[in-house]
Amino acid sequence: MKIDRRSFLALVGGGAVGTALTPLPIKLTDDISIWSQSFRGLPNEVPVPADGAASYHPSVCTLCPGGCGISVRKIDDRAVKVEGAAGFPVNNGGVCALGLSGLQLLYGPWRVQAPKKKENGTWKTISWSQAMTEIADKLNKLRQAGRAHAIAGIARTEAGTVPSLLKRLLTACGSNQFFAMPAVDDTFRTAAAQMRGNAAAVGFDFENSSFVLSLSAGLLDGWGAPVRMIAAHSQWRNTGAKLVQVEPRLSNTAAKADQWVAINPGTEGILVLGLAHVIVRDGLYDRAVTQNSESFDALKALLKKDYAPGAVAKATGIGEPVIEQLAKDFAMAANPVAVCGRGSGREPAPVKEVMAVLALNALVGSINRRGGVFTSSPLDYIQWEQPVLDDMATKGLKKSAIDGLHKLPEALNKANVPSIEALIVAEANPVYGSHDAGAMKAAFEQIPLVISLSAYMDETAALADYVLPLHNNLERLEDVPVSAGLKTPVVGLAQPVVKPQLDTMHPGDAILKLASEMGGSVSESFKWRDYKECLKSTFGDDWRALAKDGYIQKTLFGETMDAERLSKRIDFGPLLKSRGAMSEVPGDKNQYPLVLVGYDTMRIAAEWIGTPPFALKTVSDMVIKDDDIFVEVNPATARTLGLKTGKAATLETPAGKARVRVNLSDGIVPGVVAMAKGFGHTAYDRYIAKKGVNTNTLIGPVEDAVSGQDVAWGIRAQLKNA
Amino acid sequence: MSEFDDKSVDVSTERDVSADSDGDGVKADNGGLAMLLSFIIGLVAALIIGWGVFPALLYSEKEQPVQFNHDLHVNGEYMECESCHYFREDGTFAGVPTLNACIDCHEYPIGSSEAELNFVDNYMATGKEVPWRIYSKQPDCVFFSHAAHVVEAGMDCVACHGHVGTSTSLKPYEENRITGYSRDIWGKDLTGVFKKHPWDSMKMDDCARCHERETGSKGACFQCHK
Repeated sequence: MKIDRRSFLALVGGGAVGTALTPLPIKLTDDISIWSQSFRGLPNEVPVPADGAASYHPSVCTLCPGGCGISVRKIDDRAVKVEGAAGFPVNNGGVCALGLSGLQLLYGPWRVQAPKKKENGTWKTISWSQAMTEIADKLNKLRQAGRAHAIAGIARTEAGTVPSLLKRLLTACGSNQFFAMPAVDDTFRTAAAQMRGNAAAVGFDFENSSFVLSLSAGLLDGWGAPVRMIAAHSQWRNTGAKLVQVEPRLSNTAAKADQWVAINPGTEGILVLGLAHVIVRDGLYDRAVTQNSESFDALKALLKKDYAPGAVAKATGIGEPVIEQLAKDFAMAANPVAVCGRGSGREPAPVKEVMAVLALNALVGSINRRGGVFTSSPLDYIQWEQPVLDDMATKGLKKSAIDGLHKLPEALNKANVPSIEALIVAEANPVYGSHDAGAMKAAFEQIPLVISLSAYMDETAALADYVLPLHNNLERLEDVPVSAGLKTPVVGLAQPVVKPQLDTMHPGDAILKLASEMGGSVSESFKWRDYKECLKSTFGDDWRALAKDGYIQKTLFGETMDAERLSKRIDFGPLLKSRGAMSEVPGDKNQYPLVLVGYDTMRIAAEWIGTPPFALKTVSDMVIKDDDIFVEVNPATARTLGLKTGKAATLETPAGKARVRVNLSDGIVPGVVAMAKGFGHTAYDRYIAKKGVNTNTLIGPVEDAVSGQDVAWGIRAQLKNA
Repeated sequence: MSEFDDKSVDVSTERDVSADSDGDGVKADNGGLAMLLSFIIGLVAALIIGWGVFPALLYSEKEQPVQFNHDLHVNGEYMECESCHYFREDGTFAGVPTLNACIDCHEYPIGSSEAELNFVDNYMATGKEVPWRIYSKQPDCVFFSHAAHVVEAGMDCVACHGHVGTSTSLKPYEENRITGYSRDIWGKDLTGVFKKHPWDSMKMDDCARCHERETGSKGACFQCHK
């Protein structure tokens, strides 16, 4: 018998047939498929949280200004799920996609692990005590050199104990240069102060409205407290309340509204006064307004002269009959309310526009009425003694400060003597989040000492000289003041749900430690042992209620809603006197024939944090595909420019230039280019960075004539085939 | 005619030529026999490997860290399954008990059996949880709810787990070397043909069969795979 090639093939053939007659192939395939779910035994084995009894820990989410109450489920020491806290006044059990993804921010690789110092362009890990000693020493040297006023600070918000501690540190050092990232609440407060005589938080009683007129407010795209707005929308479906969305783009809100009125971007204020014209002309206004208001006759004259439907139609691009009908529907509704604040409503709006909206609400009697606009005094529970000032501080405080954060690049680039020599940034990301982010970045690079207090390696931290890593929002105790368009503002209490995972510190403790390290009067200005003591003493008798319930609603502070605040009194004078055009878009119209607007969606975190990958995965391929960002353009506009869907194009504005891809959509008015906000990060890690374009690099700041704030919402642009 | 066709003609011609040149019939038979034998050897070897060697190699036998006598507790002490394998207040199923469930009786050794001393000395005294190997643990991609089956559908433990409650010792845990899960999931019987009891195996098909019988539908993917 000869064993040749044929016999060998027969052996193999027999083996193959035999194997097929055993369970081996199917069993092995099954086992390998199960193994590949975890890669057990390999270095990249997928971690699986332990099984066990669940425990729930209350806190407040601080990933957006909405301040929802959350309940975090833990198995052993591991947080495994973020849920909404039932009964919490903001969200009553609901939670949004970003809040749900919060665990990725806690356990993600973009956390800063330990204090870092930049030496010759590379990061070096140092100890907390070394970091504090070195920073304190540098700040003290500035003070001793009579440059105390050149120490500046930027916080994410103005409200709350942590930003107040930073502000206090600067004051104690001798500097007025405290900045908060600009916020829409400032605009509302300014408008209310001028028209009603007292600075007030402005809230909306959406739950009881019967007709909601939204002026580009993305009520279902992250506006105010997003979970509350989604719930309010569900309620409108049940009560039959009508939502009219006036917006240049078919946003989620517009798609879910009863009526979408497409408007030329930036002309919302003109439309509001056009509606007011019809309401006054036809006598549809609340008669009480004639007694409650000042300058009503002057307003009437202005409306009659400048805001007739014909002129308004021309400016806004909305047909006259639509304007007439909308005005009548609004005025005849039982509980109408008009609301503004573009997109997620976080960035400041032109004060004149907000005044026009308040005026329209006043004309139909919706100020301080069920379903309307409510004003209440700002939360003012922080009543600390004045800081101790030595000579250096007193002298420094006499020096002037840069007039607004958006002026920082200009001030630093032009001044002979740098107006900022040391900058402490607390959980803000101005290098990413400021308009004309490129200029802000260049300005930061000129500041000799930048200290970033941040849990994440964001764009601002990446540029800093020192990064002091902070406890993440789920690792710490903090007061969370929430106005966010709520009828009654709330202070929530964020509480640690897990132990700090890394070598981090509470921002409050970091500031206290720095002050103590600086010594002298700066140290004396901070009498608290630690942040917890500071927080408890700030709330005093209210602390027990806050700790027990997890929140305090404003009325608990002992403030009674006095008659003055509850009145419907309104002064139209400031609106009439306010300078500035209603619809100014920077840029030369001939060179830049289009208008670029940024838009918000709830799937993307457009502010100081990067969008967690869980949330990023839910974004459509027509918004971001691989690393390319899409801009929405009307087919009519695209035709004139020769653009096609999916094709690459170059988008250029006076502030910058970017490569984009084109998405043709009938859901955008002609002449406008819309781009999602929140992309184009350059820091964090490969899961978040280098995806798309940051709208802030393309849109430059626009200063409001009334408030002096940066109120840019768009810019002129041109789009060309790439 | 294409080049391909030309070649095929060439090949067939070659074959004819070689067949002709073979001539000798015995030689051809020898070649055929060798091939047949080789085939049979290959077949048998594969069958032996597939049915015998592979399963023996695939699983490694591991002893439980503590020998536990279910019968002694259930019949001797009149305990119920639920005494240790209970539902928590929030409705979730506790699964294998933690030391808390044992401490009332076993804080100190009862008797002096080897298993008892091992349990009390190595676990109860040190507070370290027993790393039980769970025969019925499903892969991590499977979300199984005891509440839905026991509380809602009223099934008893035996329906799926068999007569564990009357066993006097814990059998060795046969760990799948690839996946780490127990042999009990696929079942001892690799074909699944001779399955007698529901608890002989608990793969997806076993779930689907019962669901189809009891509810009229195999169920949707998302019911178990979330």
